Amino acid sequence: MDYFLKLFLSGTAKGSIYALIALGYTMVYGIVQLINFAHGEVYMIGGFVALIVGGFFFTLGLPVPLVLLLSIIASVIFSSAFGFTIERLAYKPLRSKTRLSALISAIGISIVLQNFVLLAQTEKYLSFPSYLPELPFLLPVREYINSTQLIILATTSVIMVALTLLIKFTRMGKSMRATAQDKHMAQLVGVNINQVISVTFVIGSALAAVGGVLICSYMGQINYYIGFIAGIKAFVAAVLGGIGSIPGAVLGSFILGWTESLGTGYISSDYEDAYAFIILILILIIKPDGILGKNQKQKV
Amino acid sequence: MPLMELKNVCTFYGNIQALRDISLSVEEGEIVTLIGANGAGKSTTLMSICGITSIRSGQILLDGEDISHLSPHKIVSRGLSQVPEGRRIFPQLTVLENLDMGAFLRDDKELVKIDLDEVFEIFPRLAERRNQPGGTLSGGEQQMLAISRALMARPRILLLDEPSLGLAPIIVHNIFEIIKRINTERKTTIFLVEQNANMALKIANKGYVLQNGVIKMADSAEKLLQNAEVRKAYLGL
Repeated sequence: MDYFLKLFLSGTAKGSIYALIALGYTMVYGIVQLINFAHGEVYMIGGFVALIVGGFFFTLGLPVPLVLLLSIIASVIFSSAFGFTIERLAYKPLRSKTRLSALISAIGISIVLQNFVLLAQTEKYLSFPSYLPELPFLLPVREYINSTQLIILATTSVIMVALTLLIKFTRMGKSMRATAQDKHMAQLVGVNINQVISVTFVIGSALAAVGGVLICSYMGQINYYIGFIAGIKAFVAAVLGGIGSIPGAVLGSFILGWTESLGTGYISSDYEDAYAFIILILILIIKPDGILGKNQKQKV
Repeated sequence: MPLMELKNVCTFYGNIQALRDISLSVEEGEIVTLIGANGAGKSTTLMSICGITSIRSGQILLDGEDISHLSPHKIVSRGLSQVPEGRRIFPQLTVLENLDMGAFLRDDKELVKIDLDEVFEIFPRLAERRNQPGGTLSGGEQQMLAISRALMARPRILLLDEPSLGLAPIIVHNIFEIIKRINTERKTTIFLVEQNANMALKIANKGYVLQNGVIKMADSAEKLLQNAEVRKAYLGL
């Protein structure tokens, strides 16, 4: 039971990071029906910005929590700017074309960004310092959950609650929901959908950046390629939950986190990355709409 | 000066011309109807006015000012509101949230509240179902919601695209009465696009007949109702 609990908690922490990335996929899909394959790269860039900015402030001798905060802020700003620019440059001009064009453009952007970081940084794995402080009160239970995991969980919970409130109650949230349901009609009531789309990309990228910083701190390393695998996994989580659905993305992410964690613990850690794809195949066979995916039937 | 005026508007879908030199005008306080068969270009006309479909040439004037190259949300903010074909209710938003979206560009909260009460007074059914998702309403109720949503913008000109489509005759009658009422009581100018020429011409002041993207006839509604050609082609008499 102990062993199970341990695996379960580490799966929860992992799942919550997947959720941060998956939310970006699902929100963008909900608004523009595009699988933004460059999303994983935005997350990877978030990690690199944190590494550079964090390293800079670290050498200045600032306290660790402050360094963490500053590097998260820096990577959120950078990644959001990337998300915004990617949409404007690579997707907006293709909006009236077939959906496949934007998808190919997304894959192109993903390759460009990976290689940009490869050239600008290095192809090696760099060690990522743990910015996450040790919490003394966790000592008695540290066998089950460590400070890093708790901080990850707390951060992602706060972010998800904030996002839910934003979407449910603010004016921007309402325009996002309206745009997701009917783009033309949203325009006809006066929603500026270009603005809504940009904001969606910015929010998704900001969440991915936070995820990037947290997971790099957790794993202790970073590489130009991490965005690919994390992106694919978060994509699986989003599809599992039902792409376009926000609660679905969160649920799918936790299921993926648990499966990976339990699979690694009870079956074999060799297949850690394979579990996601097994899930993807199963969901596509059994319920292609995803767990909370909306049924596309409409009343006329 | 007419409230809204179209001057030689041409709209294309790719290489196919949907509208050819459409010119029409709507005076303040009038009900003007545009009638025509399926595929004549009625909805395209409305979508062109609202900026969803961009026009290739011509002018669309609101208060004498060309709005044809503004983005849709800017056009809406000038007091133009559309009830599109097929209702286009936001299916997962509640009735109340749908109405709220109608008032999206308004910041006069108190007046919005008054308008909401008024809408609920015109359509008591909507008040009963205010917390129900829009997608679960019946066709007639959705049409009421679509009209109410447009009214929530307190438009100066209301554009209606086939409000009678797919509704039972008794409900159609009801809807047209309400359109007339909106015009007389709220002094809202109405531009009504319809296939149901009989009903539309009965409440309108002026009518235009659209055929294959061209305006074939323009006259007072009364005269069009008497016109032999119109009677034969659109009224089935």
